[in-house]
Amino acid sequence: MIGGIDPALLISALMVASVPILLAAIGELVVERAGVLNLGVEGMMIMGAVCGFIMAVQTGSALLGFVGGALGGAALSLIFALLTQVLLANQVASGLALTLFGLGLSSLIGQSFVGIRPPSTGTVPFGPLADIPFLGRVLFRHDWVVYASVALVAATWWMLKATRMGLILRAVGESHDAAHALGYKVRKIRVLAILFGGAMAGLGGAYVSLVRVPQWTDGITAGAGWIALAIVVFASWRPWRALVGAYLFGGITVLQLNLQAAGARIPVEYLSMSPYLITIIVLVIMSSGRGKASLNAPASLGKNFHASR
Amino acid sequence: MTRPDLLRVEGVTKTYPGVVANSDVSFAISQGEIHALLGENGAGKSTLVKMIYGLVKPDQGRMTLRGASYAPVEPRAARASGVAMVFQHFSLFEALNVAENVALGMENPPPMKELASRIRAVSQEYGLPLDPARMVGDLSAGERQRVEIIRCLLQDPKLLIMDEPTSVLTPQEVDILFKTLRQLAAEGTAILYISHKLEEIRALCDEATILRRGKVVATCTPRERSAREMAELMVGATLTPPARAGGNKGVVALEVADLSVASPIPFGTSLKNVSFRVAKGEVLGIAGVAGNGQDELLLALSGEVKAARDAVRIDGAGIGDTDPTTRRKLGLVAAPEERLGHAAAPDMSLVENALLSGAVRQNLTRNGFIDWPATERFAAAIVADFDVRTPGTQVAARALSGGNLQKFVVGRELSQSPSVIVINQPTWGVDAAAAASIRQAILDRAAGGAAVVVISQDLDELLEIADSFAALNEGRLTTPRPVAGLTVDEIGLMMGGAHGMEVAHHGH
Repeated sequence: MIGGIDPALLISALMVASVPILLAAIGELVVERAGVLNLGVEGMMIMGAVCGFIMAVQTGSALLGFVGGALGGAALSLIFALLTQVLLANQVASGLALTLFGLGLSSLIGQSFVGIRPPSTGTVPFGPLADIPFLGRVLFRHDWVVYASVALVAATWWMLKATRMGLILRAVGESHDAAHALGYKVRKIRVLAILFGGAMAGLGGAYVSLVRVPQWTDGITAGAGWIALAIVVFASWRPWRALVGAYLFGGITVLQLNLQAAGARIPVEYLSMSPYLITIIVLVIMSSGRGKASLNAPASLGKNFHASR
Repeated sequence: MTRPDLLRVEGVTKTYPGVVANSDVSFAISQGEIHALLGENGAGKSTLVKMIYGLVKPDQGRMTLRGASYAPVEPRAARASGVAMVFQHFSLFEALNVAENVALGMENPPPMKELASRIRAVSQEYGLPLDPARMVGDLSAGERQRVEIIRCLLQDPKLLIMDEPTSVLTPQEVDILFKTLRQLAAEGTAILYISHKLEEIRALCDEATILRRGKVVATCTPRERSAREMAELMVGATLTPPARAGGNKGVVALEVADLSVASPIPFGTSLKNVSFRVAKGEVLGIAGVAGNGQDELLLALSGEVKAARDAVRIDGAGIGDTDPTTRRKLGLVAAPEERLGHAAAPDMSLVENALLSGAVRQNLTRNGFIDWPATERFAAAIVADFDVRTPGTQVAARALSGGNLQKFVVGRELSQSPSVIVINQPTWGVDAAAAASIRQAILDRAAGGAAVVVISQDLDELLEIADSFAALNEGRLTTPRPVAGLTVDEIGLMMGGAHGMEVAHHGH
């Protein structure tokens, strides 16, 4: 115990706390690598949260709940794909609208589900591994989604780095005109990336309502989507750095909760705003001047593509 | 010659809303032939090759490849049939490395390691040295073109289309490229070579098809025609080269001393100790392969990038740290290369665009209010003086064709009775007649006492209008020399020579 905080408990808690933002950030990372800036992460997360919650409550299966969450997020992202890829609407405005729409819609469809407890997501039985002192408590007593999120980071990293699909995705994000000239279907690739991003955000949202909290209330994601967006920039569009970023922000969230519980002499309000403050500070530092982050950004990020010539 | 026809194009027509890009175009190219497609900007060359490469579908007409009907629905299909293309504006990805760029242009690329060794092998064979692991953003224009060419060669093409390949190369690099192309032709590859540079076509090509306004106007053997004959076929009119007044130079108007600035552009080139002086009435031509600091030099002179106070002086007064408006007041106007988004705001009307740069020198604002009638008169005067073809001055800049917008933005700067003029690529994408009139206008301002800096990648243009000549190479400027007496070889060396290229040594 250090200052009333148990380190093993803290690390294990931060891994759980990071899962929603990690999943959403990995999804958005892929979207942005394809050259699309979807600011609707928060909206897609909360749609995932409500759809996942309803699905889990109706079927009694947490697993189906996560599937429902991913589908809910992907369905909302389909609207964004339609607006920006087919109708060529501005990506920033569409993304912001998507967030507002998602917040409103989730609150509407979630009305009759307030106060219900969802089916629980069990921990993965690691048997004797879970009894290893310290490590067992840190690493081997989580639910399957925690492990799946790390596996998804690895899979995304490998996909982007080593596969042809990843190369084409990066090429589309780098220069959609050149990719088009070579005969790649820019719009199709981007729509698929957006759907993937939506599903991942939905998965992250479902984790909030099924495991983290676990119940349904309006605005349950509480800005996690914005933190996920910030993490993508913080990670300079690299999957493993997104993992570091997510654990860092997850750690700050857990730490401030623990500090509150331990009775630290800082007003609660300052502690609760700390993750968001740090998000802003990190973004400012990363994007100030001609930092490395701005050089690493996909060159076509946020630009609409139209095969005019 | 009895070589069999490789590709035959018959009666191809393509119409865009309002424009007939190609009308009943027919020609044939045989195995191992280097065939030129000649025409001005907007003559329909690009549309034609895009149809052959499967990027655009023809409305009418048919194509046959080796006797079989050929109608590629997408570039993939064209590549599968053995048609490869090197683009005018490179279809490369700056943040990816050479091998990744090559892999993107291939149907079934081998694993990266094997691909890297194949790239090395082919680049050795054709004298185009290239490191597969290098980031394309760090390569020179000539090296980037090698990436494109190697990407095509790895697929063993039967027909290689090259769209204006030499516009970004030094004369030495052009020589080496031609050797590579001749070697390919000798091996049986047909090459469709698009250009408007007549001497090159005379040196390289076996046959030429000349396009004008989307129609084939002539077919000829370039070696048997003079460049002037072909130019007149291409333009459809006789050309008058610009007239220049005798050079009586005045005092130094613009002086640049030890100008060093970091590039604000990603993958850009920083300027290193650039020094030159331009006297009243003098035209300084600055050559260089694209991406060697041209954009940065314009930004530093116009005031968009600030430098040390005394690095830039107008009439002896240091202005290196001032903003563009202050410099405009002192008589310096600048016209950048990029028309849409830099020289002009694409969605604003010509009147509004005239105001944006003309407000200071033309007194178009009063107490913070815009004098719209005066602004409209100014815009209308530019349109009239520079023969800008537009339905009116309230049309958005975006709606003008590239050449017409170029006439407008150059005309807008030249119409402000400037004392110092800085222009980057004054005739980029402008047809020959309009280019001649822009050059004439520049010379007229110089004759009127303005100091002029023309940055251009078109050597012929610089030799035609400049009094002195310098070249940018990796952000450094050579010492300006009088144009009279310069040879093409000397110019090539000033531009940085052949960037380590070597002549193809294959097929012995």
